This record gives sequence, structure tokens and C-alpha cells, in this order.
Amino acid sequence: MSARDRILAKLHAAPVLPKAAPDIAAWYQTHRGTESIVEKTDRFRSCIEFAHAEVHAVSPGSWLDKLAEVLAAKQIGKLLVAPRTAHGASAIAGLAQGGIECRGYDSPIEDWKDEMFHAIPASLTSARCAIAETGTLVLWPDEHEPRLMSLVPPVHIVLLDVATIHNTFYEAMQSEGWANGLPTNALLISGPSKTADIQVTLAYGAHGPKELVVLLVGEEA
Amino acid sequence: MSEHAMNFMPAEGFRARAKDVVENPFLRQSFRGAMDFLINKRITQFPDAEELETLRTLGEQIRQYNLGKLPALLVQLEENLTRNGIQVHWAETPDEANAIILGICQAHSAKLMVKGKSMVSEEIELNHACAAVGIEAMESDMGEYIVQLAGEKPSHIIMPAIHKTKEEIARLFNEKVPGVDYTDNVDELIQIGRKILREKFLVADIGLSGVNFAVAETGTLCLVENEGNGRLSTTAPPVHIAITGIEKIVEKLDHVPPLLSLLTRSATGQNISTYFNMISGPRKAGEKDGPGEVHLVLLDNGRSQAYADEQLRKTLQCIRCGACMNHCPVYTRIGGHAYGTTYPGPIGKIISPHMLGLEATSTMATASSLCGACGEVCPVKIPIPDLLMRLREESFTAPHANPAMRGQGAGYSRLMTSVWKGWAAVYRSPALYGIATWLGSRFNWLMPSRQGAWTSVRVPLKPAPKRLRDMLKERGE
Repeated sequence: MSARDRILAKLHAAPVLPKAAPDIAAWYQTHRGTESIVEKTDRFRSCIEFAHAEVHAVSPGSWLDKLAEVLAAKQIGKLLVAPRTAHGASAIAGLAQGGIECRGYDSPIEDWKDEMFHAIPASLTSARCAIAETGTLVLWPDEHEPRLMSLVPPVHIVLLDVATIHNTFYEAMQSEGWANGLPTNALLISGPSKTADIQVTLAYGAHGPKELVVLLVGEEA
Repeated sequence: MSEHAMNFMPAEGFRARAKDVVENPFLRQSFRGAMDFLINKRITQFPDAEELETLRTLGEQIRQYNLGKLPALLVQLEENLTRNGIQVHWAETPDEANAIILGICQAHSAKLMVKGKSMVSEEIELNHACAAVGIEAMESDMGEYIVQLAGEKPSHIIMPAIHKTKEEIARLFNEKVPGVDYTDNVDELIQIGRKILREKFLVADIGLSGVNFAVAETGTLCLVENEGNGRLSTTAPPVHIAITGIEKIVEKLDHVPPLLSLLTRSATGQNISTYFNMISGPRKAGEKDGPGEVHLVLLDNGRSQAYADEQLRKTLQCIRCGACMNHCPVYTRIGGHAYGTTYPGPIGKIISPHMLGLEATSTMATASSLCGACGEVCPVKIPIPDLLMRLREESFTAPHANPAMRGQGAGYSRLMTSVWKGWAAVYRSPALYGIATWLGSRFNWLMPSRQGAWTSVRVPLKPAPKRLRDMLKERGE
């Protein structure tokens, strides 16, 4: 008998009475009201700012200018982008005249891992949606906008459409049908990397991005 | 590093270790300060007592429902993980788990493993197993990294290095890390750790992690963390190995949000952790990063013993938030190392006997005043005080046939049992009780002046010359 069979046999041998399924929908119905886009945006913003993210309200027409401004303020001259995405292509086209070099994530990481870890000061990605209750960005990395973009560069800049903000994590996964298909690595991000492991003193920039910048698209710029 | 291995006979030396900590004002201050901080952070996350109560009830229902279907869910999880390309392994014992992990490492000729925080990897002593075959296992969680540099073990399941002051960590970095000058600035210390570990993430052959929730219906492994080292460990190296106890499973994806909310709010008083990492497979064709191989090791190590008994099964509801230790007056005074087990505090007292047997842990359940704080704060309503009483009974009753636990009766003493039986008989019978107290008051001069630990700091105990009933009688006349 394999370890698998032995473990399962022991568990099957236990006298277990089935328990009723938890009613999760009912709990969220009574405990989390729905809010308007403006209310959700405000809640999202205050939560993620509390977690030390930098948030800028932009419009579909102005986000590139704000992006250039943010990079200039941080004295960043190079930005990692996903060239096969619409926002990545816009960044490549729009930032060139400002003297910002856009590095495209266009080949497998094995070809340029060293550069990724040592020579990329910032990255730009989109968020699939967000969660107001906790100030959380949802990223859905894919072949065009891979996982490490939101992790290795010290500054991570995220585009978020305010119309995609959900009230709760539960609402996000229910209304978008996550159970029917998740990507290789779905991510919830709620601020820059941090730790309180030394004497419960909060320090930012532990292993992931030291700074998280959110460009909230749709709010008045 | 084997000199730092715990002897895994926590019952031995527990009193001596506890005494060392109680007599050390610096450690006392570290733990008291940190626990107060965590207690207050948690309170701010639960301003609405009614919401907290209904959410705890929901959390309990979710965990009990899933435990009720555990064998079927494990099979479903295995099917869906396999369909997603994640390889599933089963281990009954720590040795089996280590052999599986080392086998995967050796198949890839691995030299360096970076580890995200995993208490199950501590439970199986993976770092020692790796060292024995020449594989470097490097902890990457800042707290775990500090503890590993010091050659110690975590003293808290969420805050591994909570027993150390920043000055101690500054000296440690200065001594152990080449080229690092003394600094006790926390930001600088973290940046030193970041710089060193980044180079390890870059070149590591294997990334190892734990699992907070494994979702059966989607075949997804979920990880909770703040630092990003968990994401780096599971994304940067070419192979990712996850290890988890068999109980950390939920059937539905929508079981996750309530548990995640309870976990982070109870653990560190955060409304959510910085990262929630949901892994559903290795790198797909066309994807540009992520590990090419993902493995999951499912570990039993005594959990099936707890599962077999309806009351003890509740131990497995645990989501490892650590709130029970943060609120425990015993843990706060003696710290995590005194217990001598991987999992300290109240949860350690109820889970360790299943992993190590009662022979090694017979006294653990007695290190409690049964104040009930652990049960009150538990986000999934594990009745920890009831379980402590049950474990005392399992330890101290005479060995009998078909015991529910390995090592049942390990703490049994015929003399002790007779003494308590006599005590019970006296307290049950008014006549015997009257005689006993009469003798006690008349012969109180027989009490010894040295009464062990009691008289080391107090005056001797001596029954009063007159009993309460005698005094009442006199007043009544």
C-alpha cells in the first residue's frame, strides 16, 4: 500500500458525520453593502494609501502624462513594459520623447534574469480589477504581462480602471466566475512589500517592490 | 547545524527552559511588547463584535464542512492539481516528506533551495535533511532568515524572530554577514537582508513554500504573505515545491475570502496581507516566467490520528493565525522556545501530541491556567481549553486498550492517581470532609516549613487553627 492509500484509508475509517455546507453568500449579503463606483473608489483609495501605496487620479487621456511625471519625480529613466498589451504599446509610443527607455518583456526570463534583477528600476502593468474593502489590486498575469513584472522591479506602477472595483473579494470572484478558470498565478496586491519581523517595526521594501503607484483611470484628473 | 536540532522530547527540560525565560527581563519585555502590539492591532480590525462573532461562526462552519469531506476533497484536489500540471506526492511521516523533496532536488542536481515561510517544513526539519545531502536550504522570510543565521528556531509561527531585539540582530548581521557594519536601524537591516536574498532568488534551483489554503475544485494553492519572498520563492526558481498538512484544504474557491479575512485580521491585525498568491499550475507554453515544474507534498504526520476522534478533529480546523499564542498568558511569559516543539503556545499544545506522541508531550497540556483566552480569540472557534482538558485525561489516565492517541497514559502515575482519588472521595462526602478539616486544623503544626517551590518566595501554607464552620458555630451561639 502506498502512503496515499494508507492516509486515505485512515481518514475513511474515521466516523465522520457530514456537516451542512456553509452559506457564504448569505453572510456577505448581510454584512457587506454594495456601494457606488465613487464610494468604492474612495474606499479602495483610502485603504491602499494606508498601506503606503501612492495613488493618482487620471483620465484615459491623461495617464501617460502622469506616468511620465511620476517617473521624472522618482528620477527613473527606464521602464519595464508588456509590449503586446495596449497600455504597454501606448507607454512605448508616448514615453520615448520624454527620454524614458521602455524595456519590453519580450523573451523568457532565462534569457535576461540578471538584467531583470539588477537593471530594471520600474515596471508598468495593468490590474484586472480591484477590491474596495481591503484596498486590493487583482493582477492576472499572462504570457504578455508575466508574473515577475509586479514583483522584482523596485517600483511597480499599476493602471486600474475605477469601473472594475468590486466591493469585496467574494464579490470579485463570484461576479467574474473565477472558479471556472484561474490563470497560472492570480495575485492580490495590497501595497508595497513590507515586513515587521524586526521588533514589530514596520519596514517597506522587504523583497518585493519598495513602492507601489496606482494610476486610477476614470477619476477626474 | 545538527547541534541546534530540538531533541523533540519537549516534556523533558520544559520547566528549565521556561524558568530561563521567566528570569530574563529582556526576553520577557520582547514577548510582552510584541504580544501587546499584536493584541491591539487585532482589536482595531474587529470594531464590530457582532460581525466578528458571525464571521467566526462562518469560519468554523467552513472548516468543519471541509474536514467532514476530507478524504474525498484530497482526491478531488489531487485530480485537479494533476490536471493543471502540478505533481502531487503523499507522505505519512516527516522522513517520507523529506525523501520526496530531496528526491526532486536531486533529480534537478539542485545546490540551492530558497524557502518561503513554511511551518510544515520546520515540522519535518527539512533544512537539516537538505544539509545532510549537501543542499543549501536558505530561509528568505526576514524573520526566518534572522533565526537561521543565529542557528535557532522560530519562536512564533507568524513572527519567527520576535524574541530578538534589533540590537541583537544588528550584532548578528555584523558577525555573520561578510562586509556588513553594525547598524541597528531597522530599515537598513531589512535592506541588507533584501540585497543578500535577491542574489539567492536569482540563482536558486528550487523554491519551497508552504500553503495556506488548497482549493480542491480549481486545483489552486494559496499563499498569504507581506514581504514578497513567498512570491519570489514560487516564481523565480525553475522548480517550486509546496508542502502542506492534509487538513489545509477547502472544497470551493468561495470558501477562501472569509478564511483569508479571519486569518490576516487575527494574525497581524491587517485587513489583508500585502500579497495573496494563488498558484494553479506550472508555466504554460508561451508564458515567459514561473517555474516549469510545481510539486505539492501532502503530509499526514499524526493529523489522521486527530481526525479519527470527533473532539480531537477540531484541532485540524486551525488556519495557523497565531492569535491563540498572542493572547496566551503562558506563551507571553515563557516564549516560543520553551515549549521545545515546532508549534508553540496553545495550538502547539493541542497539535504536537498527535505529531510526536504523548510520551514526548505528556506535560504540555498542563502548561495552561485554562483561562480560556485562546478559545475566545480563535477565528475558527477551536475549543482549545476543552481540548487541553481532554489531552490531560489522555496523558494521565491509566493506559487502556484502543487508545485514541499514541502514548495514551504516558504521564500516568499510580501514586498521583491514588492521591487524587482520595481527594475526590473526601470532597464528595460531608462526613469525611469534616473529619479531614478537623484533623487539618488540630494538627496544623505538622505542616513542614519548607514546601518546595511555594516557600521559595512565600511563607509556608498552614491550615487555620479554627475552621470556618467552627467560627460560624461560635458566632451563632
